[in-house]
Amino acid sequence: MAEAALTEAVYYILLSLTEPMHGYGIMQNAEALSGGRVRLAAGTLYGALSTLVTKGWIESVPDGGEGGRQKKYRITPSGREVLRGEFARLRELYENGARILGENK
Amino acid sequence: MRKTVHKLIWGWDFDKEEAWLNEMAAKGLSLIAVGLFRYDFEETEPGEYQVAMELLEHGPNHPESQQYFKFLEETGVEHLGSVYRWAYYRRKTADGPFEVFSDKESRMKHLIRILWLVALIAGVNFYAGAYNLWIFYLWRNPISLLGLINLALCALCCWGIWKLWKKIKRLKDDGEIYE
Repeated sequence: MAEAALTEAVYYILLSLTEPMHGYGIMQNAEALSGGRVRLAAGTLYGALSTLVTKGWIESVPDGGEGGRQKKYRITPSGREVLRGEFARLRELYENGARILGENK
Repeated sequence: MRKTVHKLIWGWDFDKEEAWLNEMAAKGLSLIAVGLFRYDFEETEPGEYQVAMELLEHGPNHPESQQYFKFLEETGVEHLGSVYRWAYYRRKTADGPFEVFSDKESRMKHLIRILWLVALIAGVNFYAGAYNLWIFYLWRNPISLLGLINLALCALCCWGIWKLWKKIKRLKDDGEIYE
């Protein structure tokens, strides 16, 4: 878990995929979660999704029929582990910043 | 009504090409089809569309690319056509700012992909040019002097590589401070 930081795009993709979602859904979700700050462009998202599938952090969900031609993805257990690790890292950054800058409430 | 413009733009200046296409779109002429150094525009509401380009990893007819275009379509991106591996897209401005890449990593990867293509073309032209001039040296066959054109093209590509390298370097320098 002592790997380098995740990119913002990957962090929000993994966070989004704790629920099965298709590409456009991820874009909208990341934008909503970040209050409009993080906009994932389609090319960046597509590249990240295929890398994450290769790494085994996410998987595509078998099609449930119902006219859902769009491919859906979801996070895998190892993806969840990576996400937790990143969350712990971010919390460390946050807590140290809060302590030293004296802005902890 | 359609309007066709012929224009020669080098691949390493694709950001300028994109900017020009977006200027046209802002004026109410949106790109609708492309050919070799040829751009077809259709009249739309001024600023109705935004245009972007990308050098694909595979040819436009490759299954990977077809799957990719389908994915783009789901996000509101229209694939207008491709010239060799250069794909042209547009999306309604109402859907928000349109770019193909939104982070440093993917932008850099794209620039490096272009760099390799230009380097390949430079290499092929260098080889062809050197070979032809060698033939000229041996046989004094004037047609072989055409090799000079290859060498000129090679030099032009080297200029392109340098410009691309500067773009990559700028992204990289930023990357040491910002994610």
